[in-house]
Amino acid sequence: MTAVINVFLKEGVLDPQGKAAHHALDSLGFAGVDDVRIGKQIIIKLDTDDRVVAEAEATEMCETLLANTVIEDYTIEIN
Amino acid sequence: MQKTLKVAVLRFPGTNCEFDSQYAFEKLGHTTELVWHENETLPTDIDLVVVPGGFSYGDYLRSGSIARFSPVMKAVTTYANDGGKVLGICNGFQILTEAGLLPGALKRNNNLHFISKHQNLCVINNDNAFLNKCEKGEILNIPIAHADGNYYIDDEGFKKLEENEQILLRYSDENGERVVVNGSVTSIAGVCNEAKNVFGLMPHPERALEAILGSEDGIRMLKGFEA
Repeated sequence: MTAVINVFLKEGVLDPQGKAAHHALDSLGFAGVDDVRIGKQIIIKLDTDDRVVAEAEATEMCETLLANTVIEDYTIEIN
Repeated sequence: MQKTLKVAVLRFPGTNCEFDSQYAFEKLGHTTELVWHENETLPTDIDLVVVPGGFSYGDYLRSGSIARFSPVMKAVTTYANDGGKVLGICNGFQILTEAGLLPGALKRNNNLHFISKHQNLCVINNDNAFLNKCEKGEILNIPIAHADGNYYIDDEGFKKLEENEQILLRYSDENGERVVVNGSVTSIAGVCNEAKNVFGLMPHPERALEAILGSEDGIRMLKGFEA
């Protein structure tokens, strides 16, 4: 199975890269942009066919290494 | 006579301030030993562990996030939990926050720039093993050089830092007024843990040892560990 993990700064934690991209979009004339947040996507191939096992493993990876939960939230999608 | 300290200076792949850190403590008359990150133990009878600056593991994923799982960090954690003194400078500060030995986290600078310059710092608390040779409110001029120095901590954590006098230094002007350098919460430049034996700061005291190079204020900071 494949775990697609998205890591973003938590709501309320200022995202300087998102702010800069937002500003650039405004400058380029893209109207109606309310907010921009930039995160990272981590794709992990797992050698299990069990969705529950894959999700549990990916969660542990996020909690241990892939996200710093002091400042970041993550989402996991198992395919 | 002043006690000679035995200082262990850690070295990860990508560390680049290990020799400056050694030079600094040796200049003050202490002995140092480099410790490779794969070591599972620290040298015996040490008085201080320095986690120096640099770009451990290329700052991949997040600054300090991979180095903190190096074998030597287990030994450092045990050492710190037993009351041993640990000083993290710049990338070392990032590694210590990632390891959970210091509260908070360090984010990308607000202006997204790598900031490299001399910066005034205001001493906020000096009742600790690090800044005891400095006065409260004293202004120190110390170089900074970082991209991820934007200190973040939530409101609850911040309250604890203030109550326990864990805020060590803030970025300031020459009068001690806070200045925004990288977006840090209340301009924090350095903190310690609750037990006050683990210290972390973004500025580089080991680069401020000679007046001819702009500042020798780093000496007073590092000499604190002699007390």
